[in-house]
Amino acid sequence: MFDYNFHWRPVLKSLPDLLEASLVTLQVAVLSMIIGIVIGLFLSVLKLKARGPLKWFATCWIELARNTPALFQLFFFGFGLGALGIHLTPFFIVLAGLSFNNAGYLAENFRGGFNAIPETQLKAARSLGMTLWHAYTRILVPQVLRIVYYPMTNQFVWAVLMSSLGMLVGFRELSGETQFFASKTYRIFEYFAAAAIIYYIMVKLILFISKLLATRLFRY
Amino acid sequence: MIQIDNLQKYFGQLHVLRGIDLQVKKGEVLSVIGASGSGKSTLLYCINGLEQIQGGTITVDGVEVHDKGTDLNKLRQSMGMVFQQWNSFPHLTAIENVALAPKIVKKKSKSEAIEIAKKQLVHVGLEEKLNVYPSELSGGQQQRLAIARALAMDPQYMLFDEATSALDPELVGEVLETMRLLAEEGMTMICVTHEMGFARDVSDRVAFFNDGVIEEIDTAENIFENPKSELTQKFLSKVR
Amino acid sequence: MENQISFFSSFGLNDVFFMAEAAYRTLLISVVSISIGTVIGGIFGWMLFEGRISATILLGPILDVFRSVPLIIQLVLFYNFAPIIGFDLDAFESGLVILTLYTAALVANVVRGGIASVGEPMRRAARSLGMNYWQDLRYVVFPIGVRAIFPSWVGVALGVLKDSALVSVLGYVELLRASQILMTRTQEPLLIIAVAGAFYFALSYPISRFSASFERKWSQ
Repeated sequence: MFDYNFHWRPVLKSLPDLLEASLVTLQVAVLSMIIGIVIGLFLSVLKLKARGPLKWFATCWIELARNTPALFQLFFFGFGLGALGIHLTPFFIVLAGLSFNNAGYLAENFRGGFNAIPETQLKAARSLGMTLWHAYTRILVPQVLRIVYYPMTNQFVWAVLMSSLGMLVGFRELSGETQFFASKTYRIFEYFAAAAIIYYIMVKLILFISKLLATRLFRY
Repeated sequence: MIQIDNLQKYFGQLHVLRGIDLQVKKGEVLSVIGASGSGKSTLLYCINGLEQIQGGTITVDGVEVHDKGTDLNKLRQSMGMVFQQWNSFPHLTAIENVALAPKIVKKKSKSEAIEIAKKQLVHVGLEEKLNVYPSELSGGQQQRLAIARALAMDPQYMLFDEATSALDPELVGEVLETMRLLAEEGMTMICVTHEMGFARDVSDRVAFFNDGVIEEIDTAENIFENPKSELTQKFLSKVR
Repeated sequence: MENQISFFSSFGLNDVFFMAEAAYRTLLISVVSISIGTVIGGIFGWMLFEGRISATILLGPILDVFRSVPLIIQLVLFYNFAPIIGFDLDAFESGLVILTLYTAALVANVVRGGIASVGEPMRRAARSLGMNYWQDLRYVVFPIGVRAIFPSWVGVALGVLKDSALVSVLGYVELLRASQILMTRTQEPLLIIAVAGAFYFALSYPISRFSASFERKWSQ
């Protein structure tokens, strides 16, 4: 049954490169989360409070992000914008795609979070003379971020996993790097097995750190 | 002085406030009593500019609350408000709860804001709870925290919206005690309340609300000892 | 540009049919893997809930792998692994196996949560009425649990529907791969992306709306 000879040595040799590439993976995932959180917050507030074109815009964004494949979204920022003469580098294609997706999914989480906060919190903040901006940034948003902390962690894991699509648009994150070495050496199985293990460890680490962070962040 | 003339308020088709005329002078304590749904709380929200109005005027120290040019955020600084639901900010400690508005609204320095907060928390008897999160406070303590938070803005007026009605009976006393203290210090207060004892002992005047109008307004003594309106008599005989 | 058009045929009615056929293939691989995956996932979920230590130690981490490694890596890995152990699977078969296991891993988690949500008191009540274990499962846990997990299950199913786009990396001509082929031929990426997006949206959006309205009805 096993007449295949496994060759792990080349994988070991390029392990430093793979680990470096996994930092690129983390980097693009973190950036896309930060952008996604900011945009997602705005989208959720627009969807809750705005009327007319602004609400329509938020709804379109959210529904498109949630109802089309991530790879499709990546293609849009790659080939689609390319057709319009906007040529993004592979890094920005992945970053834009992930941010778009994160914003859409997070917006729905945030919306649930805002709905879970009693309306009187806003009233209390306003009665103290706070502007709407202050009431949101100091009172409501911090509470929302706590409510959606674990969904946000899941979205971050999802962003790490999705960034692997970078290999289809020529981005050298962990999967792209894996693909590069695999096609150079023809040890496809070995390289992708190594990548799988690295992803697995990364995800477990993220979940662990997120739990640790939660005990520090939320003392109430 | 708070001056209200012919105030009209609708919620959709529902006519909640139907021509309210009212004057509250500096240093006066006014209690507002009446059945639930008679529009008492809505009146407070209107005074604070948290609700739009559909007719009449409310002026606070000569500033018209619902005028388009009015800086509501500024005006609200002169009016502290305490709500029925204790809505302390759950993500901030007691002292942060109180210090936040002085810091970001009044632009006080951090140390000044902390100083003010400490003073007001001592004022309401929470000196032991400075660094505690609201979730560890009882309802009564949270409500006193809310009072301290409002006082930290150094308001001219305090509006109490049924501040004790969501509390367990054994916790009502401490909050009323704090309100009584404020009254003795000369704070101008409008208290929407179901506590007849408080209304009678502490307030200068009492207004009886019925169905969106002030049915009767008079000194506490007159309202409780010899009410003129039949409706007032009926209401008081029920709650007593 | 004028010259290019003569080299490449432009987007025509035939191509719409080509894409519709590809959409059918997307639907086919999704429906089959979601169906089988749900059944397997249901059994796994029940095992995770009831199996105490053995299942939790053995099954838990294995299912975890499917949730912690990018699907695209899983696909490439399995596609290259199957021949090693003597199975010659084509792109469709490989994709089907992985999508099924992927679905099962996600569904198992949802089902375990669903059974847990039914709650011990209710189950004890059922047993006190003289129901045996299987009757309790069939008449109490199942109907209540299904309601609880239905929205999450729809989420999983829609996720798999969208993720099936990744089987394209193995060469399975589903919707997204078909669009890529057409993009190269017609040089009209924007139009084709829009059509592909519309296909996905038409598959996914009605289901998510339906699920949301179902949820609202049940929560009343």
